[in-house]
Amino acid sequence: MSDSPRRDSPQQSRPAGKAPGLLGGLADFLDDRTGYRAVVRAALYENVPGGARWRYVWGSCLVFAFLTQAITGLFLWASYSASSQTAWESVYYIQHEMSGGWLLRGIHHVMAQAMVVLLALHLMQVVIDGAYKAPREVNFWLGLVLMMLVLGMALTGYLLPWDQKGYWATRVATNLAGLVPLVGPAIQQLVVGGPDYGHHTLTRFFALHAGFLPATLVAMLVVHLALFRKHGLHAKQPITRPDAMFWPDQVLKDAVAMLAVMAVVLGVILLPAVRTMLAGGQVDWGHVGAELGAPADPSQPYAAARPEWYFLFLFQFLKVFEGWGASGEFFGAIVVPGIVMGLMFLMPIVGRWKLGHRFNVCFTLAILAGAGLLTAMALNEDYCGLWADKAALADVRKLLDETEGDPGKIAAALGNDAATIAAFEKRAKKLEKIRHSESFLAAARQAEADAERAVELAGRPGKIPPTGGLELVRRDAKTVGPRLFERHCASCHAHVDPAAPGAAEILAKSSAANLHGFGTARWLEGLFDPKQVAGPAYFGNTAHKEGEMVGYVTGEMADADEWKPEEIRAVVAAMAAEAGLAAADTPAELVSRGRGLIADGERCGSCHTFHEKADDSGEVEYGSAPDITRWGSKEWLVGIIADPTHARFYGESNDRMPSFGKGKDGGAAILTREQIELVADWLRGDWYRPAGH
Amino acid sequence: MPHHDSRATHGPAANHGPAANHGPAANHGPAPRRNFLAEALAILCGGLATLPPIAAGIWAFLDPLGRRGAAAKFLPVADIASVPDDGIPRQFAVVADRVDAWTGFAAEPIGAVYLRREKGAEKVEAISATCPHAGCFIEMDQVEKCFRCPCHNSRFTLSGGIVAPSPSPRAMDSLECEVDGKGSIAVKWQNFYTGIAEKKVKP
Repeated sequence: MSDSPRRDSPQQSRPAGKAPGLLGGLADFLDDRTGYRAVVRAALYENVPGGARWRYVWGSCLVFAFLTQAITGLFLWASYSASSQTAWESVYYIQHEMSGGWLLRGIHHVMAQAMVVLLALHLMQVVIDGAYKAPREVNFWLGLVLMMLVLGMALTGYLLPWDQKGYWATRVATNLAGLVPLVGPAIQQLVVGGPDYGHHTLTRFFALHAGFLPATLVAMLVVHLALFRKHGLHAKQPITRPDAMFWPDQVLKDAVAMLAVMAVVLGVILLPAVRTMLAGGQVDWGHVGAELGAPADPSQPYAAARPEWYFLFLFQFLKVFEGWGASGEFFGAIVVPGIVMGLMFLMPIVGRWKLGHRFNVCFTLAILAGAGLLTAMALNEDYCGLWADKAALADVRKLLDETEGDPGKIAAALGNDAATIAAFEKRAKKLEKIRHSESFLAAARQAEADAERAVELAGRPGKIPPTGGLELVRRDAKTVGPRLFERHCASCHAHVDPAAPGAAEILAKSSAANLHGFGTARWLEGLFDPKQVAGPAYFGNTAHKEGEMVGYVTGEMADADEWKPEEIRAVVAAMAAEAGLAAADTPAELVSRGRGLIADGERCGSCHTFHEKADDSGEVEYGSAPDITRWGSKEWLVGIIADPTHARFYGESNDRMPSFGKGKDGGAAILTREQIELVADWLRGDWYRPAGH
Repeated sequence: MPHHDSRATHGPAANHGPAANHGPAANHGPAPRRNFLAEALAILCGGLATLPPIAAGIWAFLDPLGRRGAAAKFLPVADIASVPDDGIPRQFAVVADRVDAWTGFAAEPIGAVYLRREKGAEKVEAISATCPHAGCFIEMDQVEKCFRCPCHNSRFTLSGGIVAPSPSPRAMDSLECEVDGKGSIAVKWQNFYTGIAEKKVKP
């Protein structure tokens, strides 16, 4: 400031003829000692050639967005804990348990995305108006650096919740960084904080996200703004209107734009909640705002892994180089983006030539349009299963199923006509795309369900164990049970509600009993139904199809003289009670009557043992059929899964079922005791349910 | 752009003269009038836009004010056989399930308590090991047969009474104590505000 405090005396800067009030006096005092009025004046009274315009608001909006991120980020920092056992947990706590945490996180999450949009708008305005030209080259370059810093903050922030989504996306991003020649692997190891992902990945990403990057950004921003002021605003040409002052004309437009940005951000956060409210529903605020996936699990594949939407174009771009191997990824992820950034840095120099500016504008628009197109392609590939006409391709699906995709058989089925085959192949490709999308959509739905379940578990009265939320998920029968079943049981057993659409088809393909609802009265009623017992849901597809049980149910039990319907009902009730899965309103006398019938040596007891006492040597002498003492209970299920060949169960008449808990020749068992218990719990529907569900 | 030279003429000082005549910018409008409506609107919009992040931040930051510790309850601490009736206090860990924000700890040591019995007495006295002065951990001085706080040298008798002069404003905090029929001692675990003469339970 060239003005000395003496010259800029209070008497001069105050409107003449008024005595200073208390506030005025204080302001005079401060100005006398700091000269702040001159600073404020310099900041506010900047000339805007041609007057204030809406097209100048983007820079201010970006500063505002950064300020919002700094404020919300600092408050988030006050509750966040960066380690692989506390990151997901603390974010869960912010989102679901802290008052207002959902809003705080929601604003930070959505504003980050708004910032990327604002960056694109600011860049477009600068390029189209030619504001990058001399003497503003350095400021343009600074702007590009600022853009990369913002994108870096977006990338590092994505990991911090340490959920499946952020974890897998970051693995991809850091692996791509490893492709840089020579220094790549070192860079990767430095960023990851070691050879593997863990505590130090989080501490480093957090330090980058909340320390190094924003500090650099602030420093660059100060220079960016100082240079902006030095060169003045680059006015849109030609100037047709009178000049105006930055304050209040342009500031008003800036402020209105900032308010609009904030309104959009709040709208994105609150719209789903408002919809729920309008529909008369109860809003669960923990689910409003930013998502939180299931805790990061390196052992659990995540097919729904995608980068944040503003990086989707890069993700899609890499697919162009599929089949090129590592050099393709290097080319797509590093060389091409590097060339694009390089050309952008050269814009001020290219712009000196006659057609240079036009080239720059076209180049920028082409890049943005290309990115938009790639984003649309990526979204289409993932979501086309939602709108594609699958029925039109039913014949393709059928032929592929019948021929098992064998080209020779397909050609034969199509009469070896080249044109027909080509048309078929085109449609087969389309079908392949839809199938791809369907599997992505299924993975996304599964991810959502897993996330929901993880949050449900974390909200248990016992809270999260010190080992972290992943432990809760890994020990949850509802989450792990179906996965284990799918991997180890589903190749023979079905698990499908018989009333569900398509159940018959699934049952026909199965080769062992349908275990859906195993142990419940509904399952038992089917077992004792002469029409069902030899069907695919029970023994129909097994070696026991013509066994004694099937013979007994279709013979004696079908005879109303031998088994009265209420006697069968009593046995059903008693067996469900053995499993501990009887309906709450089951009459006790029905159960005890059923128990008597089961133990009856003339009926069930002729083959099955039931609460048989051990003999003197401590052994139970089992019958020719499985022991049904506590049938369907966790203990019984764990026993039969661990070793169906045990005399207590099927003994030597066991049909194909492996002994999952018994290693062959002293080797390791297929499943651990804990895994078998998880499967048993899942089959029995025995898992944590929040109160009120 | 001719800003460097024209800037000095702008600002409130420009109210006093026709600034538009200075500098080469020919299309300058009249000297900036103070447009109170525009100024008020600009401040209002800017303020409103900045309000949500600040409000959300403070809302979440104040969350701890609404939280209460676990309700005080009797926790089994020791067996009466391990507290001989010789008047000498013995230190025991207080073990309980503890919730720390998102983490639930099962059966964790959450503090310490001194138990003692007078000669021939059945009654067990329980004294909190937390110093009423500033919350440090009070230790037993085996040589001088007294309690001593290592932080500011507050001294207490073996029954917890204050030894003057002492930085502590009150005697050590006694805790309610029960012995069941099997000889198991349970202590009602509570924390008290420190630094004041009154023994006041923390919520």
